[in-house]
Amino acid sequence: MSGTAQSVVRMANQIARNFAHLDEEHAALATADHIAHFWDPRLRAISADLLGGADFSPVAERALRLLATGNEPPPQTRATEFNAAHESGGSDAG
Amino acid sequence: MGFERQADFGTPPSPAEEQVTLTIDGRSVTVPAGTSVMRAASEAGGHIPRLCATDNMQAFGSCRLCLVEIEGRRGTPASCTTPVEEGMAVVTQSGRLARLRRGVMELYISDHPLDCLTCSANNDCELQDEAAAVGLRDVRYGYEGANHLGSATDFSNPYFAFAPDKCIVCSRCVRACDEVQGTFALTIDGRGFGSAVSAGQAGDDFMASDCVSCGACVQACPTAALMEKAVVEIGKPERAVVTTCAYCGVGCTFRAEMRGEQLVRMVPWKDGKANRGHSCVKGRFAWGYANHRDRVTTPMIRESIDRPWREVGWDEALGFAAERLNRIRAESGPRALGGITSSRCTNEETFLVQKLVRAGFGTNNVDTCARVCHSPTGYGLKTTFGTSAGTQDFDSVEHSDVVIVIGANPTDGHPVFASRLKKRLRQGARLIVIDPRRIDLVRSPHVEAAFHLPLQPGTNVAVLTALAHVIVTEGLADETFVRARCDWDEYQDWARFVAGERHSPETLEAVTRVPAADLRGAARLFATGGNGAIYYGLGVTEHSQGSSTVMAIANLAMATGNIGRPGVGVNPLRGQNNVQGACDMGSFPHELSGYRHISDAETRALFEADWGVPLDSEPGLRIPNMLDAAIDGAFRGIYIQGEDILQSDPNTQHVAAGLAAMDCVIVHDLFLNETANYAHVFLPGSTFLEKDGTFTNAERRIQPVRKVMEPANGMEDWQVTQALARAMGLDWSYGHASEILAEIARLTPSFAGVSWERLERAGSLQWPVNDRFPDGAPVMHVDAFVRGKGKFVVTEYVPTDERTGPRYPLLLTTGRTLSQYNVGSQTRRTANAVWHPEDLLEMHPVDAENRGLKSGDWSRLASRTGETTLRVKVTDRVAPGVVYTTFHHPATQANVVTTEFSDWATNCPEYKVTAVQVTPSNGPSDWQEDYTELTERSRRIEAEAAG
Repeated sequence: MSGTAQSVVRMANQIARNFAHLDEEHAALATADHIAHFWDPRLRAISADLLGGADFSPVAERALRLLATGNEPPPQTRATEFNAAHESGGSDAG
Repeated sequence: MGFERQADFGTPPSPAEEQVTLTIDGRSVTVPAGTSVMRAASEAGGHIPRLCATDNMQAFGSCRLCLVEIEGRRGTPASCTTPVEEGMAVVTQSGRLARLRRGVMELYISDHPLDCLTCSANNDCELQDEAAAVGLRDVRYGYEGANHLGSATDFSNPYFAFAPDKCIVCSRCVRACDEVQGTFALTIDGRGFGSAVSAGQAGDDFMASDCVSCGACVQACPTAALMEKAVVEIGKPERAVVTTCAYCGVGCTFRAEMRGEQLVRMVPWKDGKANRGHSCVKGRFAWGYANHRDRVTTPMIRESIDRPWREVGWDEALGFAAERLNRIRAESGPRALGGITSSRCTNEETFLVQKLVRAGFGTNNVDTCARVCHSPTGYGLKTTFGTSAGTQDFDSVEHSDVVIVIGANPTDGHPVFASRLKKRLRQGARLIVIDPRRIDLVRSPHVEAAFHLPLQPGTNVAVLTALAHVIVTEGLADETFVRARCDWDEYQDWARFVAGERHSPETLEAVTRVPAADLRGAARLFATGGNGAIYYGLGVTEHSQGSSTVMAIANLAMATGNIGRPGVGVNPLRGQNNVQGACDMGSFPHELSGYRHISDAETRALFEADWGVPLDSEPGLRIPNMLDAAIDGAFRGIYIQGEDILQSDPNTQHVAAGLAAMDCVIVHDLFLNETANYAHVFLPGSTFLEKDGTFTNAERRIQPVRKVMEPANGMEDWQVTQALARAMGLDWSYGHASEILAEIARLTPSFAGVSWERLERAGSLQWPVNDRFPDGAPVMHVDAFVRGKGKFVVTEYVPTDERTGPRYPLLLTTGRTLSQYNVGSQTRRTANAVWHPEDLLEMHPVDAENRGLKSGDWSRLASRTGETTLRVKVTDRVAPGVVYTTFHHPATQANVVTTEFSDWATNCPEYKVTAVQVTPSNGPSDWQEDYTELTERSRRIEAEAAG
């Protein structure tokens, strides 16, 4: 497995683990939402290619399968609620 | 601005709202109650002679020069220590006062060298001015008797000298060190005629003392007794330009005092709203790097990184860079390119770099150094408060009653804020320090933390949850605030979570190593002690749970009702001067300026219409992902402005491998930095003294940066970026930074009300500046959160994957020191190097003894990613099992041992927790030897190489 692939697995599992206080369905939705908003297309494609053959956690696997179907969930946390075009309220240095 | 000293009203302003009217020399004057007669006279345009009074310190009443007559009162009271009263009638000039003042002045001058014409303070000396003001024409007391003339001058400090023979023992320097800086390094030694300013113990010079070289004493001195060496050498400045410091995120404003094109000194500007006239050793003195011999002012290129550099003209360098970038884009597509913006550069410069990447390269692969410092702040505060910025201004600390400092070392990293905090602590506020190290704030003169919680590195979330446990289970939460301002259901979920026994201090003590009783005490103090404020730094963010820690901090602030008024809040202490600004300007790969996601079609349409090009709708790569992609061959070219990622980013060998794999690395910097070892194009940069623009500090304060001298490289940094854009075929034609700011304001709602002209008028503005907040917002979330209700987030403690074990039994944590800044490329090239010439490894005596190490010994520091060598400093500042070092020197490169682990939400590196082993060493590591050779080879310039 390439270094990037190892990074992808580690990062996806880490995101999923930090949503572990939610039930599995919502944790998977939050993980998918996070990846959809913050990962570039190449990382998402690598993660999709790894499905079934890498050591993803159940929540991460479920999230990536959701994204692989082209279904991006609506924002699950305020971290993925961004300002609208003419809005100045929120900000995000992450 | 011509050269004049800043107006000095003699004593500080009174905060009272009640007004008092009196007459001074027959004129009616109305001032706030509590104002001194001296200040009232000054505010009315008068001047009462004085020597020991200055308006950033409390009145002292020792010089006896400021005497006045007050109707109905006996004697001649000192105007500095006499408060105004309703109906008071004051006379500041009379024959009697003139005689008294001349007599006093005569005594001062009788023991002062009469060498005004050759004195460095000539024509800029308060003693000289006041001698003239009192009409001194003769000194009856000769120099035959005992005097202090000829006393040896103390030249030990690299930046200023102390000449005791010119000292009038007014105590302004001592009081500045005490009241303003809070170090208490100086004192008046002896009594009567023998009184003398002394640094530390008798016989100590300034360098041997506790002096931190903040410069407050020099600024306060009314004579040439304490004087900048640059003034002695160059002469009196002839003009002054107010500008903003380019070091830490406090954002101090200074008067750059110039003589011709030469900078003579930087003097903190009293009207600066972040620093209120104070400074630290970096901003005040460490600007010599601007003219250092290492500075590169000619563009350079090379075909490959094993070749020597070739100096070329701008056109050739830019053409070479553009051809390579265009070729890569043609061969591999736009996503093979990217850029990194700099938090050391202006808002306008970072905006242009991200614009070049998005609109010129055609990709969103742009990131910034906030990735490696405060990106978790953005995630955490946005999730909880709805907006990621710090909630307060720095003035807020003056209203705090209890302050938590967690994962920050303000006396070293943010010294001017630390001085303001210490001032408040001396007034009675209580302090809780949460840090693995016993930082200076834990115990220093007249400051002692009520609680120091020396947690095991990596357990921030557990400690914060335990604090919340105590607050919730002991009924200390401010439920009235929570019900009014936050989502109540979410609060209840969170409260149930933290109330679980597994989160009690007693249970978590095994994980955190924080004594449960101390943790309970700290929680009770924070919840019940009045206005509670939390200040934090990179010890919070640079962890695998950095974002969770920020959310846990926000939870704590909301649960205790400490949001939305002065004295409270959540305050990220930003590492670099423009971290906030770089984030605001759209430096992150997933969003445009103003924090709007790149996938939002309406937002993209705004930019596309303005920029005239279509934009990619997908997020780009973060810095660590760019390096991974480079190793995979998918990322081939990068433009790096003002960052040295080889030294600053984690796992140096991984960074090096990524850079080495690229076909076009463009470094735009002042120096051939470590990253430039892997570069193909070097574009010379300009210093903050050589450019116009704006910085945004940690309190969201947008402040002007003003050019005080012409760029040594011929172009301001935004001009270099524009030239590169033009070489790539873009039709950019900005004539001044203000035009870029206008574009930012046009495209960024939170900057809608910002303009060059407004900043010139207001001095600074705290965003948001728009229709709702036309004059900006010093404190956020006053009546309601910016967006909806405050959200409590459950933050489950997840231990880092980085674990100690038999091979690597110690935990390394890293930080910074007062005299150095970030990777040290600026401060190492100043006299600040005398305070920190090398990075040291702090180690507890027990760990040192077990390894046969003592202070000064060389040690080998190894982790699973690499090893380096550095000398040991044995100290009980760190706990057993924990070692600590700084990352200011490339010869050490602490990041050789840090790992690829990062924050789960933002990929901010986990610098603060690395499992290591330390063993005795007698020489540099293989990596250090190889790197030294690489550096020497990489810095060859063709003419030299031919020789």
